[in-house]
Amino acid sequence: MVTGEDKMKIAVLSGKGGTGKTFVSVNLTFVAENSNYIDCDVEEPNGHLYFKPEILKREKIYEKIPQIDKERCKGCRKCVEFCKFNALAHIKDNILVFEEICHSCGGCMLLCPEKAISEKDKEIGEIQEGVFNNSNIYTGSLNPGEETGVSIIKRLLMKANNKPYTFIDCPPGSSCSVMESIKDVDYCILVAEPTLFGVHNFNMVYDLVKLFDKPFGAVLNKCLDGENPAEDFCNKKNIKILCKIPFEHQLGKLNSNAEIASEKNEKYKNLFSSLLKTIKGEFE
Amino acid sequence: MKQLLILSGKGGTGKTTVAGAFIKLSNVNAYADCDIDAPNLHLIMQQKSKPENSDYYGLDKAVIDKDKCIECNLCYENCRFDAIKNDDGYKVNIFDCEGCGVCKAVCPASAITLMPYKAGDMILFRGYQVFSTAELKMGSGNSGMLVTEVKKNMKLASKEEFAIIDGSPGIGCPVIASISGVTMVLIVAEPSLSGISDMKRIIETANKFNTKLAVCVNKYDTNIENNEKIKQFCQNEKIDFVGQIPFDKKAVEAVNNGLTM
Repeated sequence: MVTGEDKMKIAVLSGKGGTGKTFVSVNLTFVAENSNYIDCDVEEPNGHLYFKPEILKREKIYEKIPQIDKERCKGCRKCVEFCKFNALAHIKDNILVFEEICHSCGGCMLLCPEKAISEKDKEIGEIQEGVFNNSNIYTGSLNPGEETGVSIIKRLLMKANNKPYTFIDCPPGSSCSVMESIKDVDYCILVAEPTLFGVHNFNMVYDLVKLFDKPFGAVLNKCLDGENPAEDFCNKKNIKILCKIPFEHQLGKLNSNAEIASEKNEKYKNLFSSLLKTIKGEFE
Repeated sequence: MKQLLILSGKGGTGKTTVAGAFIKLSNVNAYADCDIDAPNLHLIMQQKSKPENSDYYGLDKAVIDKDKCIECNLCYENCRFDAIKNDDGYKVNIFDCEGCGVCKAVCPASAITLMPYKAGDMILFRGYQVFSTAELKMGSGNSGMLVTEVKKNMKLASKEEFAIIDGSPGIGCPVIASISGVTMVLIVAEPSLSGISDMKRIIETANKFNTKLAVCVNKYDTNIENNEKIKQFCQNEKIDFVGQIPFDKKAVEAVNNGLTM
């Protein structure tokens, strides 16, 4: 429960990819109007394709990478022995830095007795800030070939400014980048699809939100007639089903063309408005 | 061993569905699931033999000995991952700790040790077919290392000439670790603007490793115009476009019954 504050941070996650995280968070942002949308799926950000926001600001994100002063280095190998990530090697009287696997912990620089190591900036990605109607759209993007965008996510989450709602579009999975995305949120929406795959991965994020002790509810997407393993799972575990979104060709088409369904069709606008109302209700 | 890796960039385009169908059709006797964050291949490739389970240890995690800690704050100041918390004594948040060892190195009281930490389970089936898979413990990082182990497990257990590997979504560390050393990458794309954007990013990533590439489209008839865009893109970039799979509700039914297409 959130007390004394009327600003809500809501994360949308799913475990499995392609269940509809971006679809749900984009449409909620649209119906909530004056809000923040933060795309934390920095490996494959897609929200901006829907909003096509006017970009107001671009910010490069850097990580610190060691550089060696050859004049000063005496070849003691202390840095090489210290580095747990094997990002440094001592070859032919030279210290080599493997930038891709460096975690930027700064340990080598700290330990070098000759002060031969300093740090330089390496660009790993970018944050774009834009607007759509009255909402702020924040997109993080990791450069292809880089290993991790956790530092981009950290920076992104600091951006959320004074708006009644902040929607956080999470990456798939349940690893470090997802945990980073949900750490400080007030509520989690778990999006599930009615397949065995979907339920298996849904179970993983269900464990995650329980571990973090976050209030949460489920949105069942792409519902077909007949059996729904995701619905069965929710009923068995007593998970609140916030809404069911039908599988419809019209909706699939809008979504595949990166159109905001709620903007184009009254029916979906009503569906998401009522979902937003239900979530609000969870806080009262 | 020749290895075909199946990737997509975007999640949910049908990597596992395609991998399962290929494994069945080709009768391949070695395969692996490298989507350690959300593994699913085992759900449709049911095994008769009992698995061999082993623990996966990632990097060690720092632990602070309360009795030795002199509360000098040096660990807190030097940790770049904000993993040291100070409420009612100094503590390490194991989810944020990357195991770099900086805190241990700067601690003047020798109050910090690095302890082994189980970050997942590796599972190997070694029947008539070799199937290597794993599950990363929730919230663990360094998943690239586990992917490398899954592939190593498969290679050690099998003398087969050909193997199929199911990959993970995205372009980050597990994907990069899965690309290393494979013969060819097949990208399963989806005819949506999101799918196209993500396909381009995974192609750019794979090209950094000079891996041979091919593209196919799943559910191509859900948006014919976008399917044509993908074909055109492949033609322009000189990437082999190797096929298109229609949308069929029976595919969902098969998966829900634990079967391959």
